[in-house]
Amino acid sequence: MSGADQGPVIELEIPARAEYVGLARLVVSSLATARRALADERIDDLKLAVSEACTNAIEAHAGAERQERVTVRWSEGDDRLLVQIDDRGPGFDPGQLPEHPPVTDPERLNFERGLGIPLIRTLVDEVDFNPSDSGTSVRLTMFCGPADDELSS
Amino acid sequence: MELGLEVTEHDGITVLAVRGEVDVYTAPRLREKLVELVSQGKHNIVVDLEAVDFLDSTGLGVLVGGLKRLRSHDGDLSLVCTQHRILKVFEITGLTKVFTIHESVDAAVAK
Repeated sequence: MSGADQGPVIELEIPARAEYVGLARLVVSSLATARRALADERIDDLKLAVSEACTNAIEAHAGAERQERVTVRWSEGDDRLLVQIDDRGPGFDPGQLPEHPPVTDPERLNFERGLGIPLIRTLVDEVDFNPSDSGTSVRLTMFCGPADDELSS
Repeated sequence: MELGLEVTEHDGITVLAVRGEVDVYTAPRLREKLVELVSQGKHNIVVDLEAVDFLDSTGLGVLVGGLKRLRSHDGDLSLVCTQHRILKVFEITGLTKVFTIHESVDAAVAK
């Protein structure tokens, strides 16, 4: 695969508690802003995707009553930014998500959850979910195109 | 991280102005406030999101839950939002078709 890791790798380890999701968002959006590699709107997209992935990670830990930490790992390829969120929950299969009724169906109001994964899929350029017995790894990729350079300058 | 919640009344319509970031940490406070308002008999609520800096799916879920609760009382929950970055979250999830979204509190309470 092109775009192998290069540049600094930064890891943030947070307790699996809700109050730390904001910190993960802040760190990733600050790094993305400092790198000037993405347009502001795409930084917002990445920030939201990180928030969703960390929320899922923390909820996975809560469900399993596990106290381990969640790791947020930032790395850069020559044409991309990568953010990997690793939890140590019971593993999660994105293929097993229940389908929501269409938004125009009154039954839709019975679904308060389950919006995070569709949001992540829309917001980032690539997302890989790798569940295993030891936890779930979610890798978010944003490609840095010429359009981003223009928009950031 | 603080979540600001301010309630004002406008001729029978309750406006809940939200300030700050709505995520998994703060959304329970928004949910509690909505439940409290409904239990006080406030069945027409406008949630003003203009001072919200960030909103994720947890916040969306609370608003969907609030709308469901109010509809069961023949009421409504509408929103005030003009910020592109917040509107985008509603657009991606299709929830712009579920909520009435106003451009200002004045417009929301003028019906």
